[in-house]
Amino acid sequence: MTDSKQLYQEVILDHNRKPRNYGKLADATHRSEGLNPLCGDHIWLDLKVAGDVIESVAFEGQSCAICKASASMMTANVKGKSVADAERLVEEFRGMATGSLDVANDANHLGRLTVFAGVKDLPSRVKCAILPWHTLHAAVQSQAVVSTEGDNDPVVQSA
Amino acid sequence: MNAANALKTPEPTSAFDVERYRADFPILANVHPHGKPLVYLDNGASSQMPQPVIDRLVRYQTHEHANIHRGVHTLSETATKAYENARRQIQGFLNAKEDREIIFTSNVTDSINLVAHGFGRAFIGEGDEIIITHLEHHANIVPWQMLCEERGAKLRVAPIDDSGALILEAYEKLFSPRTKFVSVTHVSNALGTINPVRQMIDIAHRHGVPIMIDGAQAVQHMPVDVQALDCDFYAFTGHKIFGPTGIGVLYGKAEWLEKMKPFRGGGDMILSVTFEKTTYNAIPFKFEAGTPPIAQAIALGEAVEYVQRIGLDRIAAHEHELLAYATDRLKALDGVRIYGTAPHKAAVISFYVNDVHPHDVGTLLNEEGVAVRTGHHCAQPVMQRFGIPATARASFAFYNRLEEVDVLVEGIRKVQKLFA
Repeated sequence: MTDSKQLYQEVILDHNRKPRNYGKLADATHRSEGLNPLCGDHIWLDLKVAGDVIESVAFEGQSCAICKASASMMTANVKGKSVADAERLVEEFRGMATGSLDVANDANHLGRLTVFAGVKDLPSRVKCAILPWHTLHAAVQSQAVVSTEGDNDPVVQSA
Repeated sequence: MNAANALKTPEPTSAFDVERYRADFPILANVHPHGKPLVYLDNGASSQMPQPVIDRLVRYQTHEHANIHRGVHTLSETATKAYENARRQIQGFLNAKEDREIIFTSNVTDSINLVAHGFGRAFIGEGDEIIITHLEHHANIVPWQMLCEERGAKLRVAPIDDSGALILEAYEKLFSPRTKFVSVTHVSNALGTINPVRQMIDIAHRHGVPIMIDGAQAVQHMPVDVQALDCDFYAFTGHKIFGPTGIGVLYGKAEWLEKMKPFRGGGDMILSVTFEKTTYNAIPFKFEAGTPPIAQAIALGEAVEYVQRIGLDRIAAHEHELLAYATDRLKALDGVRIYGTAPHKAAVISFYVNDVHPHDVGTLLNEEGVAVRTGHHCAQPVMQRFGIPATARASFAFYNRLEEVDVLVEGIRKVQKLFA
């Protein structure tokens, strides 16, 4: 059993109080809205993609600390990366949060993002951590709105 | 010393022996979330089951089970008798005039859908209006919206004030000759507000309109007498009153039930079937198509007997004490806001810890062994009314101790410290 306090201490102290890349992009090329209808997390993600590179990224919205910290760290991570590399991170993060990717033994590019590995032991919070990544995926696919329920349910998919 | 410390756990003033009743609930002693004693404050979502109800389930499955209303063999007769006895136990519990006015459903959602379908399709037409309140659970909104969409009818919503209390005058003003039905909650699941249902029923009847009461959050907290209330329909669910899931109740006045269309077609709800014509069975069977949740109905009968043995007046008094103490202690915490401060409330407290999302509060309280509900409580319009996405909710049952309020408060302080 993960001590959720430990998880909180690591991720929220910094990113929840001082989220990176918080706000809107005036020159966004992609914009997507992510919704966690069951718990009310609601974020907007702006991307500026030039060629194949995510030049800048910003998010805003109302969400719990896990979602906000995940979004903040995500933006810091994907800024300057290629769309393909960002999409690979989306897959790896989703795998880590749902338990299909073992960060200790499976090769991955998650780096500091592995602080979220503990959410797999908090089933009710998995979607909070995944929502920003889900929204990033939707944004690069030019989908306007994405929800963690229904066809896109990450928890059902991984079950 | 701050104000919160000054509030000491009061000595229980009533003669209500919480420990004696807690001993009836094995789960309260069996479960230790994160190694801590379970402080179960999520009774509004689902309550726990006492040993006599568990025993009744086991006895049914080990000695009495067969399908009902069919077999001529001993077991079928035993099961039928037990099932129909449960109906009479519910009749007594609600003080319904006749046992045929009690229909077993699967939950309150099912009961409301039954009425929306059975009454709605028989009596609601284009341009007609249905009144609900701003306090409703989604279960008492969506079926009516679906009906309105289908029939071209209109939903009217009675407003609440900033305390979460219904504005009775505004409710009355919604009535017009187009009003055909009213469906309102007895107790708000999100805020705990107790609606003035007696007056609301009188007002509806003054306008010649039948009214349904959603009692999902009421029957476990206070005595309910459907004849004294004179409501046309009343619904409650088993698992919130110490019974099993999968069983709900709809009380309806016989005169209405007889005029209504059946909800589901199938076995048991018919008198005769040919390919040309089916003759429906009498009430309540007309509304109980297919094999019902027999074991659950019988166990629910035992559950309502159980609360009546304790006494709903005594339960209400103890819970009032819990509510008053919890309200005082939470109010004394800086940075905690209570949503729902109506003068008449059941033992439900929705609260918001400043700058901390309720889901984080819930996850961290769980570390202390405290189970609360977080989210919009299937009452998004209530959340919108107060401009918040969600709250944390502590909902009490008679088996909760005053000391458990202290554990909750201490847990909230730890959350605040972590987020400071």
